[in-house]
Amino acid sequence: MPLETIIAGVMVASLVLYALLGGADYGGGVWDLFAFGRRAREQRELIAHAIGPVWEANHVWLILVVVVLFTAFPPAFAVIATALHIPITLLLIGIVLRGTAFTFRTYDVQHDAVQRRWSLIFSIASIITPLLLGTTLGAIASGNIRVEDGVVTTGFLRPWLAPFPLAVGFFAVALFAFLAAVYLTVEAETRSLQEDFRLRALLAGVAVGVLALIVFVLAGTGAPTVRAGISRSSWALALHILTAIFATGAFFTLWTRRYRAARFCAAGQVTLILLGWAFAQFPNLVEPDLSISSAAAPQITLQLLLGALIAGALLLFPSYYYLFRIFKTD
Amino acid sequence: MDDLLAARSQMAMSLAFHIVFAAIGIAMPLLMIIAEWKWLRSKDEIYLTLAQRWAKGTAILFAVGAVSGTVLSFELGLLWPHFMGYAGAIIGMPFSLEGFAFFTEAIFLGIYLYGWKRVPPRAHLFAGVMVAISGALSGIFVVIANAWMNAPTGFRLVDGKPVDIDPIAAMLNPAALPQTIHMTLAAYAATGFVVAGIHAFMLRRDRNNRFHRAALAIALVVGGVSALLQPLSGDFIAKRVAVTQPVKLAAFEGQFQTEQSAPLRIGGLPDENARVTRYAIEIPYALSMLAYGDPNAVVKGLNDFPRDEHPPIAIVHISFQIMVACGVAMMLVALWGAWRYSRERWRTRKATKDARQGSVDSKHSSVDSKHSSVSANRGWLDSKWFLRTLVAAAPLGFIAIETGWTVTEVGRQPWIIYGVMRTSEAVTPMPGLVVPFVTFTVLYIFLALVTVWLLLRQVAASPRNPEPRAREAQLAA
Repeated sequence: MPLETIIAGVMVASLVLYALLGGADYGGGVWDLFAFGRRAREQRELIAHAIGPVWEANHVWLILVVVVLFTAFPPAFAVIATALHIPITLLLIGIVLRGTAFTFRTYDVQHDAVQRRWSLIFSIASIITPLLLGTTLGAIASGNIRVEDGVVTTGFLRPWLAPFPLAVGFFAVALFAFLAAVYLTVEAETRSLQEDFRLRALLAGVAVGVLALIVFVLAGTGAPTVRAGISRSSWALALHILTAIFATGAFFTLWTRRYRAARFCAAGQVTLILLGWAFAQFPNLVEPDLSISSAAAPQITLQLLLGALIAGALLLFPSYYYLFRIFKTD
Repeated sequence: MDDLLAARSQMAMSLAFHIVFAAIGIAMPLLMIIAEWKWLRSKDEIYLTLAQRWAKGTAILFAVGAVSGTVLSFELGLLWPHFMGYAGAIIGMPFSLEGFAFFTEAIFLGIYLYGWKRVPPRAHLFAGVMVAISGALSGIFVVIANAWMNAPTGFRLVDGKPVDIDPIAAMLNPAALPQTIHMTLAAYAATGFVVAGIHAFMLRRDRNNRFHRAALAIALVVGGVSALLQPLSGDFIAKRVAVTQPVKLAAFEGQFQTEQSAPLRIGGLPDENARVTRYAIEIPYALSMLAYGDPNAVVKGLNDFPRDEHPPIAIVHISFQIMVACGVAMMLVALWGAWRYSRERWRTRKATKDARQGSVDSKHSSVDSKHSSVSANRGWLDSKWFLRTLVAAAPLGFIAIETGWTVTEVGRQPWIIYGVMRTSEAVTPMPGLVVPFVTFTVLYIFLALVTVWLLLRQVAASPRNPEPRAREAQLAA
């Protein structure tokens, strides 16, 4: 396997981990906004408790994706950052407001009014950020970013301000909310909180299903190459069946209150969805003009980068495991 | 405002904002682990309280630093896509390493901030050490990438395209070592002085507060030692700039004419039309001596470089003067502190000796020495004027960091990669860049105000004598 393909694989893996870990932190923000009823306060506390120690570490997966992208595939980074300047700028504002509002809320006066204000910023930013992240990825897959001689020719709006990328954005929000609700059923310490998030997980699961269908339909005209990949490739059927098994499994285990199993199924489902997209788009990095091989940096850069990624992983995964063992096992 | 200026302004504003949090993120963990280590050794609760209070402030600052750093990593592409497309393969490497260093920092900071009761004390201190090391490494890797923009190496240019790329040689560029030393010391010095200034301010009103005395001592030692070393690293970096970017050195000094035995100019106002720097105090031979180690060396002046390769001279020269002035002032304060500290040590040692010889009441003195970790230093901090000076000196380090980066970045103009790519060639074709510039400026001003407000609340709530234990319990609750 060529080096650039391995590194593209590492990028996809980082993106999957960002979705599973960082995505769930955004999902927590969604449920902060929709916290209601007698236990609204307890729900918010559970969410804050769940994401407090880990969100900054989880957030670094995104930074890793970006630095690997611009080291290994510099022209692709230049093209994406040019064509998608507007959604990425808005995405950054979302990232800034989500992180700071969450921290400010923790350390500001504990008056209800003050806390509500930070909560509102935190939760709205937690919806807008994945919406724009999904839109950005949707635009990259759509085939509407065209490049001639390294120059983007399709302007600054057309590639992303379209039904398909926006639908992917909403799909990402639903997926992250679903993940968060499922994780929170495991982390909830009282029966009633568990029930609250079980209900939310089931509702979000339905939303994921509906939005997946919408995305698939819109892809017919919105992202024809990727949709062709998903529908017709040899691996497609196997992947669909596997995703369906995990999705059904997630519903079944939620229904029967087997929350740890539900967490496993939900994570598997999200992983398979992202892998499906990655396989369908392979070997293109930005549909249809930049491929993994045409955008790749020289071999020496790729070799050193892979070495750094391996060394980094050896340091990172034990530390990450330690972090989660401390805060996620009780 | 044209798009190039808007892009440059947005980048400058983002960097100027982020560097404050980055520097604090490098240095605060060191202060925290010193306090925690002193607690583990002396079992004096006041040091535990101190580590925990500092950790709270750091948590707020780190979050703002983390998100504003994310913005920067994207802005490299959003504002300068041609630069990243060109240079990504050459200098992506230090950014990737920084990614892992930042990862380690975020993981162990999570453990440090939220793990007081979840991990044993030694494991907690270890987490703090990891944060301090990885924080310093993060900064070093990013500065290495910046150094490459000043002294690009590790490739050959063929028809305007880089070939024979060697990312390791790019990382080992001649500006890397002096710049990383200078910035790392700057982070410790600036943060040490700000923290010392805050605690000195509180101590002025509550002179016997052991909490603030302990805090001030640690911050002052870290900040003071760095401030004493910084002039050496400044000399190192200036000598390197003289070789790698002579036009930048000329701009530092407002040196228009090429001159043998060039004088060092202190202050002064460069007049770019008349090609002369006025109103400066000139020290004969000193520039030739400092830049080349030879009083008769020739210093190349700005007039010997094409006009379209000049940086904005007045901005660079004045920023440079401010940075150096701040550095010198901090060094003098550090010397004053060192003198007060050693005089006190000498007196204490003498007094203990006398007491041992003269007094029979040895029981008393052993009780006293138990608390020596804090109270033996009593005295060296007990000067109204010393405390006032520390309060006044608090912002100097950050003023030096901001003006120092202005010198580095504006001094490199009109190049984004010195001698290779102009900033105007790197900018995005995106129109209307004034909109994101204004948006981010407003957003960052808002964040700065909230951060300052929250930190002021933290400081105002700091413990008073004599009940550190009660406060501690309250904190933990």
